[in-house]
Amino acid sequence: MTAQQLDPVTLSVLKGRLEQIADEMDATLFRAAFNPIIAEAHDASHGLYHKETGETLAQGKSGLPIFVGVMAFAVRLVIETAKARGEGFSPDDVYIFNDSYEGGTHFSDFKLVRPYFRDGELFCFLASVGHWRDVGGATPGNYNPSATERLQEAVQIPPVKIVRDGVLQHDIVEILKANSRLPVSLYGDLHGQLGALELGVKRLDALLDAYGDETVSEAMTALRRRGEMMMRAELSALPDGSVSCLDYLDNDGIDDAPLPIALELTVSGDALTLDFSRSADACRGPVNISRSTAEAAVYVALKHYFPQVPANAGVMAPVKVVIAKGSILDATAPRPVGGYTETILRLIDVVHQALAQIAPERANGCAYGTINALSIAGRRSTGPDAGQPWVMFSFFGGGHGGHPRGDGLNHGNAPISMATIPPLEILEAAYPIRFTQWALRDDSGGAGRHRGGLGAVYEIELLEEHADVFLFGERGKHPPAGVVGGDGGARNRFFFPDPRTGAPASPPMVSKMTGVQLKKGQRVRLETPGGGGFGRAEERAPAAVARDAALGFVSRETAREAYRVVLGEDFTVDEGATRRLREGAAS
Amino acid sequence: MSAKPSSGGVIVGVDVGGTFTDIFALDEAAGRVSIGKTPSTKPDQSVGFMRGLGEQTERLSDIAAVVHGTTVGTNALLERRGARTGLITTRGFRDVLEMRRRDRPTTWGLWGMYEPIIPRDRRLEVTERVLADGSVLEPVRLEEVEAAARALLEMGCDSVAIAFVNAYANAENEAAAAAAVRALWPNPHVTAATEILPEIREFERVSTAALNAYLQPPVASYLSRLEAALAEQDAQARVLIVQSNGGLMTVENARAAPVRTALSGPAAGVTAAAHIAEKAGFPNVITCDMGGTSFDVSLIADGRPSLSAQTSVDFGLRIRAPMIEIETIGAGGGSIASVDAGGLLQVGPESAGSDPGPAAYRRGGDRPTVTDANILMGRINADQPIGGVLEKLDLAAAEAAIARDVGEPLGLDPLAAAEAIVQVANAKMAGAIRLISIERGHDPKSFVAMPFGGGGALHACALVKEVGLRGALAPRYPGVTSALGCVIADMRHDYVRTVNSALADFGEDAMRGAIEADASEGERLIAQSGARIEATERRVSFDMLYAGQTHAVTAELPSDAPITREAMRAAFESAYRDAYGRLLEGAPVLVAAMRVAVIGRRPKFDLALLAPDGAASVDAARLGERPVWIDGAWRTAEIYDRLALPVGARVPGPAVLEQPDATIFVEPDMVGEVDAFGNLLITPGAR
Repeated sequence: MTAQQLDPVTLSVLKGRLEQIADEMDATLFRAAFNPIIAEAHDASHGLYHKETGETLAQGKSGLPIFVGVMAFAVRLVIETAKARGEGFSPDDVYIFNDSYEGGTHFSDFKLVRPYFRDGELFCFLASVGHWRDVGGATPGNYNPSATERLQEAVQIPPVKIVRDGVLQHDIVEILKANSRLPVSLYGDLHGQLGALELGVKRLDALLDAYGDETVSEAMTALRRRGEMMMRAELSALPDGSVSCLDYLDNDGIDDAPLPIALELTVSGDALTLDFSRSADACRGPVNISRSTAEAAVYVALKHYFPQVPANAGVMAPVKVVIAKGSILDATAPRPVGGYTETILRLIDVVHQALAQIAPERANGCAYGTINALSIAGRRSTGPDAGQPWVMFSFFGGGHGGHPRGDGLNHGNAPISMATIPPLEILEAAYPIRFTQWALRDDSGGAGRHRGGLGAVYEIELLEEHADVFLFGERGKHPPAGVVGGDGGARNRFFFPDPRTGAPASPPMVSKMTGVQLKKGQRVRLETPGGGGFGRAEERAPAAVARDAALGFVSRETAREAYRVVLGEDFTVDEGATRRLREGAAS
Repeated sequence: MSAKPSSGGVIVGVDVGGTFTDIFALDEAAGRVSIGKTPSTKPDQSVGFMRGLGEQTERLSDIAAVVHGTTVGTNALLERRGARTGLITTRGFRDVLEMRRRDRPTTWGLWGMYEPIIPRDRRLEVTERVLADGSVLEPVRLEEVEAAARALLEMGCDSVAIAFVNAYANAENEAAAAAAVRALWPNPHVTAATEILPEIREFERVSTAALNAYLQPPVASYLSRLEAALAEQDAQARVLIVQSNGGLMTVENARAAPVRTALSGPAAGVTAAAHIAEKAGFPNVITCDMGGTSFDVSLIADGRPSLSAQTSVDFGLRIRAPMIEIETIGAGGGSIASVDAGGLLQVGPESAGSDPGPAAYRRGGDRPTVTDANILMGRINADQPIGGVLEKLDLAAAEAAIARDVGEPLGLDPLAAAEAIVQVANAKMAGAIRLISIERGHDPKSFVAMPFGGGGALHACALVKEVGLRGALAPRYPGVTSALGCVIADMRHDYVRTVNSALADFGEDAMRGAIEADASEGERLIAQSGARIEATERRVSFDMLYAGQTHAVTAELPSDAPITREAMRAAFESAYRDAYGRLLEGAPVLVAAMRVAVIGRRPKFDLALLAPDGAASVDAARLGERPVWIDGAWRTAEIYDRLALPVGARVPGPAVLEQPDATIFVEPDMVGEVDAFGNLLITPGAR
């Protein structure tokens, strides 16, 4: 490559310093945030972006992974909006918006973009994004599985200046608050994000004072180039070729028809093409995603495969993403996009399934593939808060895929997130519910030489008189796939008491449901998917199958049918019968 | 156990590390200290312990107290060599331990794995249920508990943990179950979770309890061997153990709660650092412990080490208990330097450790490390390696490794490459210091770095400049800091209770009663320990937050403040403003938890005992000079025998100060000065 003006040591040091600024902005917001989706689930992100293109220069490591790719689009939207309006940037302005078509993800994510000036000139942008807890729309919390257009999902805020010449625009704040069921939470989160941006400005000032604008600027360019070099090196190491892969979303919550996410993946030298042209058309329900979101999801999928490539725009330079106009991956207004997480998880799954065909030695079976946003809401009937509304809301976990080193992780978080689940004791202390079970789900990991991790069972009983239950999930019909010959994991299941008989029933859309009514003492039960297996099940060591069976992770039937291992009463391997069964299977 | 005051006797601090057992013996009556190092012994650390003790004292019967920083618990956790343990828990919840908080080990890459310390077949469920408000939905079925305990014994369990859902709110069921198990369990290794941690959050509590049970048998048997060996030598010494919070506890407490020793050794080091620096006039310190594979930093503000509420020893092995907050990064002497596919120089986290070690050790390692770079630049004396294990270091091997793996890929000559390695390592270490100081709102200009461990003092000057610290303070014996810390550490017991109440509804009387109960329990344990105590102190703090937030700030009440809502609000607002720079006017405030710490102050010795004697002189300490590579050129550096420098000696850089267990590098634009306690204070300054 070309000779750099900047020595490698300064570059290394500045890389760390820039990342540290973004990390520190993340940490500040996590601590200050009012809503657990940011504070606990870290559904937020911060970074530094190019002054002309909006490309990512550096991004924090602790925020939600999907934002690493998407924020560049958000900054670009601000640049283009300002240009279209003929308005210039000034140092003490902060833009705010939740547009999801150009700016990515869904309307719950509020993006704040602040131009950063140095000696009177625009140097770069700082941006902050956070998932606000309620921003209008038809359902509390904005997960509306039956939305068919954006206004049913949330209030719409185009890029506007929330801070103008250093002054917070209270009229805009009032509009925002008036459009939320939780205005205090919104207000607290807004301040948290503004605080994070202020901190970023302070830290960047100090860095530029210490190293000089020129040097930092050069370092940003050089780091982008190095990101590209690293990605090209990774791609060069893969064999050339084309593979295809097809997976499905269960449905869009409106029409019960499977939605294909199809990929043709081509490695050619040091370049990669991902062609999603044969995927479903845009749908009526809220599982559409915008093109920017799709590209960000590709980035997340690739970064899981190549963890050492950095978080900057260079990484995507050798990658071409092809999406057909009007596709489910090309949402435009007013298509609903609230369930974007489900679609990007599926997109990541197909990228991983395709790469597994090209490079099985670094593959992983699919993870559980749904966020399972479950909320239970009602009003207190007694006590000091009588009449007050309550909403228990959380995302639930599942199994990760098997991989070359071993079995998949049991009960992990979604690949797009590093969120942890709240302790059940915290949920029981805050809401009138109790868990009757919080357990690993037996027999849910996809069979394989390395088994998929187990999903979970969560069973919840209502302690109040009445409540409504909402669920936004996926993988109820199409299981998380195995790779390299491994089997799929168990499908998502949800049970609620049938209103007439009280017997356990499942929703028609399998794992999407609004307004299930619960009475005191009744229970709902969520059984989440396990991960896909890695390698053929018949290749798994019989002793490992016996151990799984003894622990209850795998049933005797699965041991026999999938793994072809025959077990005695005490879970010892019947060597002879196993050999005969496996030889029979091979022939 | 004798109740006689121990003022006339010898107090010995013993820190057993991975490689060496360090001894620091203080004979207060004679006004004498002695220090020593002896190789640690495996698998039984008590052998090296007794040998070290014997080397440092003439008669073991003179020893009044042995204070011990131990890694027995830490190692058992890291190497997964704890006891065969079982768990008895609420029906429906046996998998909580294995499900963790639904996390994964790394942000990027989906190859996570996790093996719980208690597998599912040894996690048994019983009928019982308490609700979040403390009401008992189902009383515990003791016959099921007994059957479960018997089943675990049959499976060969040596220890057992009992952890019930919501027992933090009402421990009645759990306590009854624990009593039933204890009645039939053949040894004392029974842990009831709320006895260790009566705090909300089931995974953190069950994990802490399970790890405690896992450690009970190995730690108890180690302590018994130690006591037996001491008794055999007629030593009447009482033994005290350093906890992860930096305070001491008795052997009996350590047997019951071994999980509190997880960071015993490092905590002793930080305790020593706080004391040494405060005496030297620096209440604000950042400790920098550089070992073979890692660089550990911790922060001391106003003489007090900062504590964290929990830590993970490894992925999914969560311990929730107050402990010295230590930030660890993979940048030690053995950290490997390489150039990645993007052409960027990386140092660590991959490490050659001490075995095979740096290329210069010639013990099978051929990849360049930070130590190799320091050797090549003349900062480490290749002819006289510290630690006394190797006779000589191979400079040519270091140079070849650096040239091949770093120099050639970057187009740099070996010396420039070595300098680049050290600069990148320094930048990483500086990042760790920024993280615990600047990012927490502390001004680095008011802090000094205190290097300990063998390599920390080589990099201290660079860190001072990079972060903008006031200076560096190298203690006289950086290699035995933890052992010294054992001698001066205070007794300490921490308590926590979940409150979960609005500040406005806060029951002051009930809370005063709870505080009194916890504090008097702590005072009773301290009184019973037999240790010499000068004063006892109570610290009361509350975890508080605005309603709607999920992260609490810990607000400590001033020691003379009454426990009132007003005092609590004032403490909260002060802590909140420190953390976020703003308050949220009008938002209701919640109290999440109450914390009580009881500290028994032990007498401190006069650190001037450590100072060099009056006969020393700078000239006598001067060993010569050698070329050292600095900023792209060879410069002549003065070389000194550090321990032979007199009080008041000024050493302008560039200079290298050598002592048996550490090397100090003073950069050209800095100057070192020996203070009245024998510490070397290095500050930027005029020559």
